[in-house]
Amino acid sequence: MSVIEITIIILIGAYFAGLLGSLTGLGGGFIIIPLFTLILHIDIHYAIGASLISVIATSSGAAAAYVKEGITNMRLGMFLEIATTAGAMLGAILAIYTPTHYIAILFGTILIVSAIISLRKKKQHITQNKSYLAEKLKLNSSYPGAEGTIEYRVANVAGGFGTMIFAGVISGLLGIGSGALKVIAMDNIMRIPFKVSTTTSNFMIGVTAAASAVVYLQRGYIDPTLSMPVVIGVLFGALTGSKILVNSNSSQWIRIIFAVVISFVAVQMIYNGITHKI
Amino acid sequence: MMSKFKDTDIQTIIGWVLRTGIFLSIAVCVCGAAVYLFAHGHEVANYGHFKGVPASVQMGELIKSIAALKGRAIIQAGIILLIATPIMRVLFSAIGFAAEKDYLYTGITILVLAIIFMSMLSGHAG
Repeated sequence: MSVIEITIIILIGAYFAGLLGSLTGLGGGFIIIPLFTLILHIDIHYAIGASLISVIATSSGAAAAYVKEGITNMRLGMFLEIATTAGAMLGAILAIYTPTHYIAILFGTILIVSAIISLRKKKQHITQNKSYLAEKLKLNSSYPGAEGTIEYRVANVAGGFGTMIFAGVISGLLGIGSGALKVIAMDNIMRIPFKVSTTTSNFMIGVTAAASAVVYLQRGYIDPTLSMPVVIGVLFGALTGSKILVNSNSSQWIRIIFAVVISFVAVQMIYNGITHKI
Repeated sequence: MMSKFKDTDIQTIIGWVLRTGIFLSIAVCVCGAAVYLFAHGHEVANYGHFKGVPASVQMGELIKSIAALKGRAIIQAGIILLIATPIMRVLFSAIGFAAEKDYLYTGITILVLAIIFMSMLSGHAG
């Protein structure tokens, strides 16, 4: 295959990675890694590097639109970033001593269960219970909905923060899969509207990934010629995805896409765990 | 009189930082890609094996290669711009929260920045 051919294939794949990544609040890694390793037979090191680049591009591209529209909860994102960045660092240290393939299988199972829970929830219930921590940290907010501004409160701040540490540790251990747990924690534990949790996750994933990318860049994992079509494709995909999400009125179909994507990620994780690829 | 700095102002600034970062990154990557593909586009792609750490990782080498208009090095610069974008976003959030006199969140944001730099420097990053 010539360089031009491989560049065009990655460009197309990256567009879809950015599109799905921005809609679901996950990075595009779940598309980039199998595309690179299984279809294009590129070394896993380069696949990991390109996947990180896709996470940063999805996050920045989508966040630019979501922040402007006022959907992202910036304070919540910043507050939870303490948990995810510290967790990721802890995970990266633990990864040296841990048999990660068991964790991959366990994580895959958690994701499948979450996908089922996520799909079973039909109605969007917005909690109005008062939470002391949410008040103190000014986490309660509002976002523009189809029929005017929708106010919401954040529940179980401590539980959400704890889950974010866990999400960070998992992402540090496995190198991927951080976005999924972030959305689940905000959606199921903190009871935040789905549109807000996916966009806030999008806002957050870029920061953890940027710290990792600096480390991987120095290790030579990020090949510029392979990352170039990823950057361009993912950014355009993320811009398309964020336009779709901003203009959508219902979050039910996003939930369905999320569940399908999560199951796909879960199967990948379990497969990589069993074949000792992680 | 300076008007009161609000959350919507922070949103505007962060949106601007993100868009600028993305635009610069894409522009530099596209330029590098044009140079690279013109020179090497028809070569056979060979990414099956990890080739180790390239020389362009060193800042000095990178700047030399960019000056020599090497496509790979220009793309690398675009990627560094992309990686810097979320970090700049956090930095500008801290400035925004400080301007809003929200010292709790200025502190939270600085803590996040500190953790990022610690994980970068120690090499332990997710």
